[in-house]
Amino acid sequence: MSEYILELKDISKSFSGVEVLHNVSFTLRPGEVHALLGENGAGKSTMVKVITGFHQPDNGEILLDGQPVQFSDTRESRQAGIAAIYQELSLFPDLDVAENIFVGRHPITTGGRIDWRKLYAEAGKLLDSLGVQLDLRQKARNLSIAQQQIVEIARAFSINARILIMDEPTSSLTLNEVADLFHLVRSLRDKGTAIIFISHRLEELFELADRVTVLRDGFWVDSCMLKDVTRDDLIRMMVGRTISNQFPKLDVCAGEVVLKVEHLCREGVFEDINFELRCGEILGMAGLVGAGRTNVARAIFGVEPATSGSIILADEAVTITSPQQAIKLGLAYVPEDRQHHGLITPMQITSNISLPTLNRYANHGWLQGKKERKASFEAARQMEVRANHVQQLARELSGGNQQKVVLAKWLSTNPRILILDEPTRGIDVGTKAAVHALMSKLAAQGMAILMISSELPEILGMSDRVLVMREGHVTGHFYRNEATQENIITAATQDVRAGSCQ
Amino acid sequence: MKAENSQELKPETLIAEKAEHYSLSTLFKHWEWMLVGLIIAVVLVNTNLSPYFLNANNLSRTSSDFMEIGLMMLPMVFIIVTGNIDLSVASNMGMSASFMGLLHNMGVNIWVAALAGLLLGTLGGVLNGYLVGRVKLPALVVTLGTYAFFRGLAYGFLGDQAARNYPPEFTYFGQGKVFGTLVPFSVALFAVLAILFGLVLHKTTFGRYLYAIGNNENAAIYSGVPVSKIKFRIYVLSGFISALAGLILAARFGSTRPDNGTGLELSVITAAVLGGLDINGGKGTMYGAALSLLLIGLLKFGMGLMNIQSQVQSMVVGLLLIISILLPHFVSQISSIRKDRIRWKSILAIVAVVLVFAAFFAFFFWSRAAVIASV
Repeated sequence: MSEYILELKDISKSFSGVEVLHNVSFTLRPGEVHALLGENGAGKSTMVKVITGFHQPDNGEILLDGQPVQFSDTRESRQAGIAAIYQELSLFPDLDVAENIFVGRHPITTGGRIDWRKLYAEAGKLLDSLGVQLDLRQKARNLSIAQQQIVEIARAFSINARILIMDEPTSSLTLNEVADLFHLVRSLRDKGTAIIFISHRLEELFELADRVTVLRDGFWVDSCMLKDVTRDDLIRMMVGRTISNQFPKLDVCAGEVVLKVEHLCREGVFEDINFELRCGEILGMAGLVGAGRTNVARAIFGVEPATSGSIILADEAVTITSPQQAIKLGLAYVPEDRQHHGLITPMQITSNISLPTLNRYANHGWLQGKKERKASFEAARQMEVRANHVQQLARELSGGNQQKVVLAKWLSTNPRILILDEPTRGIDVGTKAAVHALMSKLAAQGMAILMISSELPEILGMSDRVLVMREGHVTGHFYRNEATQENIITAATQDVRAGSCQ
Repeated sequence: MKAENSQELKPETLIAEKAEHYSLSTLFKHWEWMLVGLIIAVVLVNTNLSPYFLNANNLSRTSSDFMEIGLMMLPMVFIIVTGNIDLSVASNMGMSASFMGLLHNMGVNIWVAALAGLLLGTLGGVLNGYLVGRVKLPALVVTLGTYAFFRGLAYGFLGDQAARNYPPEFTYFGQGKVFGTLVPFSVALFAVLAILFGLVLHKTTFGRYLYAIGNNENAAIYSGVPVSKIKFRIYVLSGFISALAGLILAARFGSTRPDNGTGLELSVITAAVLGGLDINGGKGTMYGAALSLLLIGLLKFGMGLMNIQSQVQSMVVGLLLIISILLPHFVSQISSIRKDRIRWKSILAIVAVVLVFAAFFAFFFWSRAAVIASV
């Protein structure tokens, strides 16, 4: 019996000639939480997929309990006790908790029917052993994301997982939920489960993980105990350089008001939203997930127009009913969900960047390919998009680079007002710093920026003013010097008075 | 292995303006080239089997048989690229032609009647476009409804009668040739429109929007693409072209019956999908669709010359369609073999595909052999 439950030796993997993993080695002990760290595109996901058998390595070997193994698909790795929980959860929304845990493996009575009593009994036992409480008969669609994760974890343990891989499990959880999740992860670790934990939030790793392995550009950089390193060490290892100033916010004098929102209301979603946005200013919008911040942004951008209230753009009241109109008025909106709203991933980088401004590259409707490509190339180059060429498909890029493409696309519309919805969610430290620097630069040039973010450090570091929302209401407003973590959290969790749209 | 100290990359090195080159192998992976190959094969086989195949008069006559399908396929390509469908095209065609026939029977001038037919067909498209584009109902259900509704109107106009005795100026559109050549007028019309539609799809902002909608409708909306307006327009276009196809069918037959073109919508969709269009939208080209129309035409014509029953002909086209969607699967299985170790599952899949191919060709030749022997 070897010391390690799982060992990767000199694993290499290429896709269509491009090597994305170069002789990577990795070890995992039973009963440890091993963090996997790296920028987007560093090869973390590929490594996870090699472990789960989704991809097969070109070179190198995988040892499980000291024995070489080869998984030809994820089913085989699951049978060997490896379970992975991805960012996108994969529950069946209309099945209940217990069914989701045992889906595909329902206990069967002798008559061939599903043994419901046994199903619920076993599911209950399983959740008890995990020390969590969930209503077994609740449909998955009614669960919070944190609860859904617990169901996925329970599913993993219902097949006796010994190795649990968690890919950014905390990216959409609230602080309390994160604490609960960590509690669960620690108790699993203490029972001997080996856990591979991927996260971009370094603070979390220090709180939870025992060891860390850093990957950069597909190379193994280092594996070390977390207690021996500092946050700056990790950042240096990840990006190959120190990022000195994480929030390079320049002080600017805000100019005249360019956007004024008065009594904005959308029945049942948000009500009585008032704020103004000046040019050269970054207005942060803080709050918990589901507080209605995105809906306000969508209303301003015309995707889901408001039912009452007014939007005043540079002293002129406007009714925005469609994104086309919003774009014409000088608005740009970088949505929260890159995959579904930000990008057309099966299309080229060029087509993505040029989409909102396509008429510029057309003569009476006829596209001028060269002009379009040149402009998109220029925009992509300014954003330092990392890709082979601009005709590459957007889905082949890493998350950070996709976000850069989205930004390039919206900046090429020359907006006066830029709405950023979670601009740095799920992207790596290096790109994050680049996005923050860009925001600061744009604001200094006079652009008005409305930034929705669930990350408090980002809100505190980047905003000139902070607006806090809670259940569809604005519950707090702070200037840069008075905004603190405590203020914002208090405002984001306080009770709101009920009211209604007039 | 440790990473080298990564040097600061200059922005210029991060991305290139153009793809370096298209390799020959990627070019040949395109389905359009498979279609070209199949067309050549069909021509060669048929030329060997029948002396009448490469006869200009025969080709000219048979080609006009496919023009109604071809015309309706053009807007259908637009609609399928956006990930939608129009099942009402053939019914719309019947409705418009019957309306024209009704007016003609009532003694209205044929050109006025034709114009009224076109107008009615376009209105049918407006109805589809309004329900799909503006009200945002699912296209499949909406056009399934109008499929029945339009056909019902066609019977309402003409009952169990037929309209006939169209003047020769009108039947020219279905039977006439472009002067001095053997090219039927309808074929010339189709060729011009196909080029026009192809250019619109591949060279204009409108075409780009169609692909954007088909690949990710939400992202298209967020990017300011006027999605509902575009959907409305392509259904109106589809209605207009269906009506046009109806008039050409009437001109070709010299008569109109309310059941004209029944079931043609399936041939239209088959031709489009066989041409490499993804029924879920976002993929495919106009060249592919045009080539597949040519392939189906030549295949059916060849089999017709061999006196193969039309039921058998449809079976052949159906099998070909299944093979066309199996093939990408087959190619990916082959490439996965090259990279990884051989897996029995992939071998099984390949054997299955090869067997289907073999069965297809065996069936194809066997069905002909009987006919050839009997001649």
